[in-house]
Amino acid sequence: MSKKWIILGLIMMMLGTLLAGCGGSSSKEQTVRVYMGGEPETLDPAKITGVPEGNYAQAMFEGLTEVDKDGLTVPAAAEKWDVSPDGLVYTFHLRANKWSNGEPVTAKDFEFAWKRLLKPETAAEYSYMLFPVKGAEAYNSGKGSVDEVGVKALDDNTLQVTLEKPTAYFPSVCAHSSTYPVNQKIVEANGDKWAGDVATLIGNGPFKLTEWTHSSKLVMVKNDQYWDKDKVKLNKVEWLLVEEVATALSMFENNQLDYVDLPPMTEVERLKKENKLQFDKIEGSYYYEFNTKKAPFDNPKVRRAFAMAIDREAINKNVLHDVHKPLYAWVPYGFTNPVTKKDFREEGGDLFKGNVEEAKKLLAEAGYPDGKGLPPITLLYNTNENHKAIAEAIQEMWKKNLGVSVELQNQEWKVFLGTRKSGDYQVARAGWNADYTDPMTFGDYLLTGGGNNYGRYSNPAYDKLIATAQSTNDQAVRMQAMHDADKIAMDDMAIAPIYSYSHYYCLNPKVKGLISPPTAILNLKYITIQD
Amino acid sequence: MLSYTLKRILNAVVVLWLVITITFLLMHAIPGGPFTTEKNLPPAVMKNIEARYKLNDPLWKQYTDYMVNLTKFDLGPSFKYQGRTVNDIIGESFPVSFHLGMNSILFSIIIGVPAGVISALKRNKWQDRLIMFLTTLGVAVPSFVLASAFIHVFAIKLALLPAAMWNGFEYQILPSIALAGMPTSFIARLTRSSMLDVLGQDYIKTAKAKGLANYVIMYRHALKNALIPVVTYIGPMAAGILTGSFVIETLFAIPGLGRHFVTSIYNRDYTVILGVTIFYSFLIVALNMVVDLIYPLLDPRIKLGGKKEG
Repeated sequence: MSKKWIILGLIMMMLGTLLAGCGGSSSKEQTVRVYMGGEPETLDPAKITGVPEGNYAQAMFEGLTEVDKDGLTVPAAAEKWDVSPDGLVYTFHLRANKWSNGEPVTAKDFEFAWKRLLKPETAAEYSYMLFPVKGAEAYNSGKGSVDEVGVKALDDNTLQVTLEKPTAYFPSVCAHSSTYPVNQKIVEANGDKWAGDVATLIGNGPFKLTEWTHSSKLVMVKNDQYWDKDKVKLNKVEWLLVEEVATALSMFENNQLDYVDLPPMTEVERLKKENKLQFDKIEGSYYYEFNTKKAPFDNPKVRRAFAMAIDREAINKNVLHDVHKPLYAWVPYGFTNPVTKKDFREEGGDLFKGNVEEAKKLLAEAGYPDGKGLPPITLLYNTNENHKAIAEAIQEMWKKNLGVSVELQNQEWKVFLGTRKSGDYQVARAGWNADYTDPMTFGDYLLTGGGNNYGRYSNPAYDKLIATAQSTNDQAVRMQAMHDADKIAMDDMAIAPIYSYSHYYCLNPKVKGLISPPTAILNLKYITIQD
Repeated sequence: MLSYTLKRILNAVVVLWLVITITFLLMHAIPGGPFTTEKNLPPAVMKNIEARYKLNDPLWKQYTDYMVNLTKFDLGPSFKYQGRTVNDIIGESFPVSFHLGMNSILFSIIIGVPAGVISALKRNKWQDRLIMFLTTLGVAVPSFVLASAFIHVFAIKLALLPAAMWNGFEYQILPSIALAGMPTSFIARLTRSSMLDVLGQDYIKTAKAKGLANYVIMYRHALKNALIPVVTYIGPMAAGILTGSFVIETLFAIPGLGRHFVTSIYNRDYTVILGVTIFYSFLIVALNMVVDLIYPLLDPRIKLGGKKEG
């Protein structure tokens, strides 16, 4: 009796294996299956905050501008724009385009979307992206009215934007998901529910959403109403919603996926050997933040000593498998200087060097020869294998090079954020990614009293240079001021840079034409599948 | 029977209320909230968000509001997944977890019980040794190790089965078996020891003496009685499988509820934490109650409520 059961069970298992079969991508179908992350929190452009969501939305919507692979801002929904001589008024001229339901996209949709983003009741985290616009911050904080916001549709194809002060990078803000247009009629008729239903979630981009199976997949097909549809060769995009990147990698290796974003660090060495990994630049920095208001890190010499005693090359080679780039400045790689067309970082070069002798000397000058007399020091990071490996390497370097014993402490992500914000730490692991493609997204971070400046770094000379860069549209002047500010930040060692992020991913070699700009928001518009 | 059932239900309500209240307090006690982000939001923006989700209300008001809505079976909106309610999330993802769990429970019974019987009948022979070796492994190896090994062998190396997702029968095989590993082994061992126990009983000897056919003795007399401890185990096992599928669901990217049980805490998604906890508590309490009520049907020696009835 029991034997029969076992045999039956075995037969069932075998049948199952026979039934299995996973279809791959072929040039005939022109379908791409992408992993960027898990279930989106929302697909409402006004409320998107995460990178995966930004990617999903980029395929469905089109902003006034977009970012090309070099990080330069190029026309998208707007064909061109004029800037007034004082740099305060931008006039965007829209292309003739339609929503995926066939209705025309007008400047009024943009005006509506932007005012909705700023409306206090929308409670949008990224409302601050539009704070350069006149009256925007006042309206968002309940101090001004919607009529005073400097956004106006002059006619169906012309959008006029008035700014508070010259903001040279404003066109790159217009590529951010928060500034995408939304269809006024649909949103007004459906309220917040519009973004939860495939039927009402319509966009103006190259693809339209046809299926959203929660925690499973988003399916998008080519949008026949899109103005540039002749250039779109791809028929279908499937975003597979997977929470665990290791799972996504298994799926890639089983031909269930064509693209996997940021595969696990532990697999990188193997993937590199198997030629499965690709790299692109991205504007982000990984650094250690000093609490500059607490001894001993209130002393720039101590900060410099600790920063110079880190062997970044060794960390990059041994811990990061040469994926990222050692960084010796505040502003990372990835930004393009619009005047010289060169990478801002390469232009500025390394602003200090790793140097153990110098570090020891500085520590002695600060009154702590060989680390004697230093209070106990704790290095804080959020719980994560990669952060731990880096922290342990640096702990070892500080011990060996400076003779300083540092304790490591890890905290769960949201607890960690709270600790950093309250300033109750000495050195903390941190990272920063660009909101828009201009070095100012890093520059204004270290301003005295800056909202994200948790280390409370402050230097009037730095503030002045950033103010200069913020007051003109003359890119040559701006870039020079930001280079100078960067030098000051590193002379003071406001933070200890560790590495500049790279964007690394696995891509099926059949997939051609993927554009991966330094914002990490992929452009799928030009993809073709070639056998 | 009726008064016992009523007592148990009343008990369950008190337990659930305690679970809700303690979870509510604990979850608000952890530092960080649903909208704690790396980027420091301008205070006005933060104020807008808190007002929208009524997080600026005093805690007692949030609690009473929640309890009032709960009586209407309204578990509230998710903070993380905007535009979706907790009812939606449970309604969409629990059936998947249930399906996965049922696969595993069926597998563990279909494989575990016969394996245990064979083991008992072939005691100390190679069949017994092999089964005991495998079940020792099965109990000792955690499901995520089994799952990773399965993915590596069957999906990546042999390319026989999909590595993840939940789109049809072939997608269910690996996760269901990985999740069933432990319970299958446990059931096999339980059946074996229970079977050996029964086979030594006098009524089996009597049956043999009466000259009954061997399979009749085994099936009608031995197995039926040997299965009582197994049935007892199935209740908690079902609860364990249904609530403990988090790791398997994550590894296989299965859109089930187990994942929300854990990720909602990282996200501080207050309403989801509470909703899923309440739902699972209800499930466990209910399953335990059902098993307790089924006992006397299986074994006439067990009486409910301590007194004789009927």
